[in-house]
Amino acid sequence: MKIEMTGAQAVSYSMMQINPEVVSAFPITPQTDVIKEYAQYVKDGKVTSEFILTESEHSALSVLVGASSAGVRAMTTTSSAGLAYMFEILGIASGQRLPIVMNVVNRALSGPINIHCDHSDSMACRDSGWIQLYSENAQEAYDQTILGLKLAEKMNIPVMVMQDGFICSHCFQNMEVLKDTEVKKFVGTFKPEYSLFDFKKSVTFGPLELTDSYFETKKQLSLAMDEVPKEYNKISEEYYKLTKRKYAPVEDYKAKDADYVIVALNSVCGLVKDCVDELRIKGIKAGLLKIRMFRPFPYNAIIKPLANAKWITVLDRSESFGANAPVYSEILSTMKAKDKIVTSSIYGLGGREIMKEHIMEIFDDMIKPKGKNLRFINSK
Amino acid sequence: MMTIKDLVNAPERLVSGHRSCAGCGFPMIIRTILAAAKGPVIVSNATGCLEVTTTVYPFTSWNVPFIHSAFENASATMTGVTRAYKAMKKSGKIKDDVKFVVFGGDGGTYDIGLQSLSGALERKEDFVYVCYDNGAYMNTGIQRSSATPKGAYTTTTPAGKVEWRKDLAKIAIAHDIAYVATASPHNFMDLALKAEKAFNTKGPSVLIVLSPCPLGWGSKTDQSIQIAKLAVETNFWPLYEYDNGKYTLNYESEERKPLEKFLETQSRFKHLLSPESRNLLKDIQEEIDKKYDELKKLCKE
Repeated sequence: MKIEMTGAQAVSYSMMQINPEVVSAFPITPQTDVIKEYAQYVKDGKVTSEFILTESEHSALSVLVGASSAGVRAMTTTSSAGLAYMFEILGIASGQRLPIVMNVVNRALSGPINIHCDHSDSMACRDSGWIQLYSENAQEAYDQTILGLKLAEKMNIPVMVMQDGFICSHCFQNMEVLKDTEVKKFVGTFKPEYSLFDFKKSVTFGPLELTDSYFETKKQLSLAMDEVPKEYNKISEEYYKLTKRKYAPVEDYKAKDADYVIVALNSVCGLVKDCVDELRIKGIKAGLLKIRMFRPFPYNAIIKPLANAKWITVLDRSESFGANAPVYSEILSTMKAKDKIVTSSIYGLGGREIMKEHIMEIFDDMIKPKGKNLRFINSK
Repeated sequence: MMTIKDLVNAPERLVSGHRSCAGCGFPMIIRTILAAAKGPVIVSNATGCLEVTTTVYPFTSWNVPFIHSAFENASATMTGVTRAYKAMKKSGKIKDDVKFVVFGGDGGTYDIGLQSLSGALERKEDFVYVCYDNGAYMNTGIQRSSATPKGAYTTTTPAGKVEWRKDLAKIAIAHDIAYVATASPHNFMDLALKAEKAFNTKGPSVLIVLSPCPLGWGSKTDQSIQIAKLAVETNFWPLYEYDNGKYTLNYESEERKPLEKFLETQSRFKHLLSPESRNLLKDIQEEIDKKYDELKKLCKE
């Protein structure tokens, strides 16, 4: 079904179709539209979820740790400071291997306080043991919430689905949604391996693990993460049959034969695609490699699409102060070994706009290097 | 109403083999409370001595389903469990009537877990919250909490704590919940009956139980119950309950014992008994008497 929705509405809609037993959240701009919509679904009887509005994000995720350990589906959504406040519990959710799904509407972290988009919030959580899926638009955020749930439950690893605050979350976009029955059939029923409600075999969740076992618990998570790209592909194959929409850990947009490639994630990819198309008309081999899955990082999937590139510029919407930015760091470590020029450009911190001219400037400098300093794009 | 026979015959839900110190108050408190829960029960626990001594992987002392998540979120974690229960009841996945109880120390309750507890009380989540109160962060090695009594030595109050204790019962009652009570392990029947009442309360209830800690208090390991009794007899730890708006004192001494009787059993108060601390000791005694009088007035209303 074709429909017009904002990114926030789209993920709320997918949550409604999944109808998890427990949804818990705390309001924060720009995530609020997701929970406002969901509250309406609860009111209208479109979902049967226990909907818990906690006194903080820390509690919102803690509620889900309890609910997921009890053996039910549990989902939340947040942004920025809310995600930072959840940080402690992120590691508990992944350490306990709980298949919680969270929609993150990306927003800059304080300080200074700022409500607009960048990726400092989710990038700060990249090593928390969650699968991270980034979405270019409302369609992808919707699809990856449904895919993500299935992936989480297959792997017993929690999933974060990202979309850009305001740019994606508050803009109406044309997209397609599945029927409720199709989503329900696709995600199936959740059958947890362990539950707190098994009174015949009482389980102790969250024990103390010291020098003799903590390491192995983390090792198991790490090894399971290695399997995620393969499982993502399997699930997306199944999803493709249903939707004709193809998902892979990365999207190769005219990158494979390109001389000049930009690597990026989330909403800026739409803009880069336009620029690539324009350059292609002029006969310039430009391309985009869009990263959907950032954790685990699909190293193997980036090598082929970047194999012919002469120059790769990696766009990051977050900083790693005093070190290589998050996306750049991954691309650099893989492609530098293959003798590629790999450079970094930081853009859009705190919602600073990025326009076509800025992307074109980056491409121009790869095509005819003028030695411009493009470390920070559109900054004063 | 449960009897002493029920208490004795109840299944052991926290079994031996755990690593709590000799003379620690909480094993008897936990076992008594769990004995008062009829039918299946699920436990949530804040980080602290209890969790650390009973769940050292791959062992567990818990004969009932148990969840520990973090220090400050035991109430929120239990919220998730009880709401999952509600959802599964709705869909017919669960038929059993299940009881839910949270255990947290005073650090995990008065301090870092207060927000999470307050949220759960305000939302009227359906579980029993038990604070086993030993008056400091004992798990990390005896640091002051907002439950540490005025004057008490801890490693972060080497000259004795300057401030008064926080009144957790008043805070809980201010959430307009049905049942709040204090208890002490020396009076185990009173504790068991209060736990039974709490389990039978719809919505949240809060029990605040004095939990002797020989290591943190500097007391003899074979004197914990005696010291808990003295805490009550000196009115340092009055036993009372708040049941749907009505206050009741559960123990009234004919003549309260002087506070020194309680203090002299613990080295954390040693300096209070020196002649230089005379005025401070007088202040503390006056405060205890004042609070007790306030409580008596509430009970007469």
